[in-house]
Amino acid sequence: MNIATATHTQKSSRQFLRVDDILDRFHHNPAKLIAILQAVQEEYRYLPEPVLSYVATRIKIPRARVFGVATFYSHFSLKPKGKHIIKICDGTACHVNKSGHLLDLIHKKLGLSDKKRTTDDLLFTVEKVSCLGACGLAPVVVIDERVHPQVQTAHLTQLIDELMHEEE
Amino acid sequence: MPTVELETIKAATREKMAHLQYRVLVCNGTGCIANGARQVYNAFLTKTGACRNLVSVKTGDPCHMVGLISQTGCHGLCQMGPLVLIRANNGFKDVFYCGVREPDVAEIVEETIKKGRIVDRLLYTNPQSGELCRNPGEIPFYARQNRLALAECGLIDPESIEEYIQGGGYSMLRRAALEMTPREVCELIRDSGLRGRGGAGFPTGRKWLAMLEQPGKPGEPRYLVCNGDEGDPGAFMDRSLMEGDPHRLLEGAMIAAFAAGATVGYFYIRTEYPLAVQRVRQAINDARRLGILGENLFGSGFRFDCDVVEGAGAFVCGEETALLASIEGKRGMPRHKPPFPAQEGLFGKPTVVNNVETLATIRYIMEQGVSAFRRFGTVLSPGTKTFALTGRVRHTGLIEVPMGTTLREVIYEIGGGIPGDKKFKAAQIGGPSGGCLGETHLDLSLDFENLTALGAMVGSGGIVVMDEETCIVEVSRFFMQFTQEESCGKCVLCREGTKQMLALLQDIVDGTAELEHLSLLEETARAVKAASLCGLGKSAPNPVLSTLTLFRNEYLAHIERRLCPAGACQALKVYAVNPDLCKGCTLCVSKCPAGAIHGEKRQAHRIDVTSCTKCGVCATICKFKAITAA
Repeated sequence: MNIATATHTQKSSRQFLRVDDILDRFHHNPAKLIAILQAVQEEYRYLPEPVLSYVATRIKIPRARVFGVATFYSHFSLKPKGKHIIKICDGTACHVNKSGHLLDLIHKKLGLSDKKRTTDDLLFTVEKVSCLGACGLAPVVVIDERVHPQVQTAHLTQLIDELMHEEE
Repeated sequence: MPTVELETIKAATREKMAHLQYRVLVCNGTGCIANGARQVYNAFLTKTGACRNLVSVKTGDPCHMVGLISQTGCHGLCQMGPLVLIRANNGFKDVFYCGVREPDVAEIVEETIKKGRIVDRLLYTNPQSGELCRNPGEIPFYARQNRLALAECGLIDPESIEEYIQGGGYSMLRRAALEMTPREVCELIRDSGLRGRGGAGFPTGRKWLAMLEQPGKPGEPRYLVCNGDEGDPGAFMDRSLMEGDPHRLLEGAMIAAFAAGATVGYFYIRTEYPLAVQRVRQAINDARRLGILGENLFGSGFRFDCDVVEGAGAFVCGEETALLASIEGKRGMPRHKPPFPAQEGLFGKPTVVNNVETLATIRYIMEQGVSAFRRFGTVLSPGTKTFALTGRVRHTGLIEVPMGTTLREVIYEIGGGIPGDKKFKAAQIGGPSGGCLGETHLDLSLDFENLTALGAMVGSGGIVVMDEETCIVEVSRFFMQFTQEESCGKCVLCREGTKQMLALLQDIVDGTAELEHLSLLEETARAVKAASLCGLGKSAPNPVLSTLTLFRNEYLAHIERRLCPAGACQALKVYAVNPDLCKGCTLCVSKCPAGAIHGEKRQAHRIDVTSCTKCGVCATICKFKAITAA
């Protein structure tokens, strides 16, 4: 190993101290990969690529398998998420109760789309989720873990305006 | 570890509960929490000064327990939440309050708890007769149900193992472990006719027997997996069960493990259900603490331990082989069966996979016997089924009815009918794998055979009711989009076929389709159904095929006349201001979320078609009915 790589390894192991804690917690067990990635995502709020490579090296499985898992499950995100996470439920009950309008509205308001989910200032991420299991209260919107039941377009506009106002 | 004495725990708990003058059960289901149930619960604590938690009260504790305030699982009537049930010991009947807000609590404590008087305005009003209902039994929503799996959901504190034991919990596990052989348990469940509640309806007893008879190497682990993934949009039964009565689930799982010969268990639960994860985890820890889980249970030599695995959001993981791959830390992709999981399952070892509701039903069958269970339901589909009733129905919520109940009973008697005097159009049952039932099926008995014959399925049990304002074609497109996004991509027909079907449906909804689209759509649907590897692909065309049969005219209207009969499809709709009726009040300008309406005061406005999102806010708020969609 030449000197450059050695320093690099040292530097990265310092950087990944928290990841090491997580890996220790799951005994470097490849069968716990999903749980490991969940913990990593909780730490970083997304899955940074260097961390994924690091995890692969440490639990001794191919990088492809780690990336394969990270991209397969919808819960994982390889892109940074915004400060406020707005989840629009689009389960059947919400859909029948016109959640599509809510999504269109919020996309338009924040300049986002199905492809671009986070605002450039990293303040808002809008996610369409398949079902939150609160179907009795459709349509449901979750803003930063708080569930808002039976949301109408006017109500949503107001909620977002309040959030934007707070941030100014 | 000393053998656990259920009787001692039972007696001690009963002793503590005996002094209770009243019990307040605040629904803590997801729906009620969203409506502010936590604040209501906290208000009860501060207003009564009661000890909140039975477990924390030691015998002889100076804190004399007169009242007990508990957070429970889902009561079921989600739409009317937050729900509060008050039970008292002194001959005072149960009182059920709905729509309780924080400020109401002081009055409830003052009137109902202290003086035994009813607060009329918080009672449920029967929409048909206008009568006030005092307890759940009087409410049509509850009166028509038979709760076996949900027996204690909403009536006990899900975080108290002592209370579960006091109600007879874990004694069936003890009976199985001490007085029965695994084969006897398997045969009992087989004779009960219980079929898996996850969707396909495979006989549970036979599944366990298959696993039991599977030779394995001595000392090798054998697994039990509880499928709590519930990815179906529009379904929340498993969630409610896990949150509301986790010990019933755990006891069922342990009996299953004993019967099938498993020693290690996993509860695979969606990470989107944090409360369910927390409650099941706590149930496992509490059971382990009391020695109900672990080595040599009840001195029988049976050992079992289990853990929770959080899913990561993939619908395909409801498919058992995909679920097993996910627990192993891999991509959740299904594989060919055979070998079945009973032969080669988790980590290549024999594994039995059961759904949450199936396991939650086991205690009832063990306790009441086969004939009691068979009193409910039909000959081939005995027992009850929980359904999540949602959509355009007055009382949305969680229900449990005998198999074979008709759709009419579910929608009109339990659900209270369609709100706003709208007409019933269809019920979508079984989620994206299911199909649509129309008006002609209202009197059809809901059971495995009937639904499968119609191209629908019980699925996990979501029923979404649609009224005349719902566009059937758009709903089919919605389901297709869901399955297309969730397809794991392993087999071509599912991956590419659903994509093509979605594109065809999108054209129809957008009003750009030709007549050939329909035949192509049908052809593709049949191919996907016939040649996909797993249940996801095999059932993905169900919503399309069933609506094509029932509502073909609606598809034709979209294609031939560029018209959406329900008036729901955005692309076929244009909002416009009628200049003769517009008074220029500017209300619509201020309310339009897209800023698409322009105009001077007291002059007719106009809508900019390019920036209009067609949300319809303007049409609903215009006082002069000047804005309409055409």
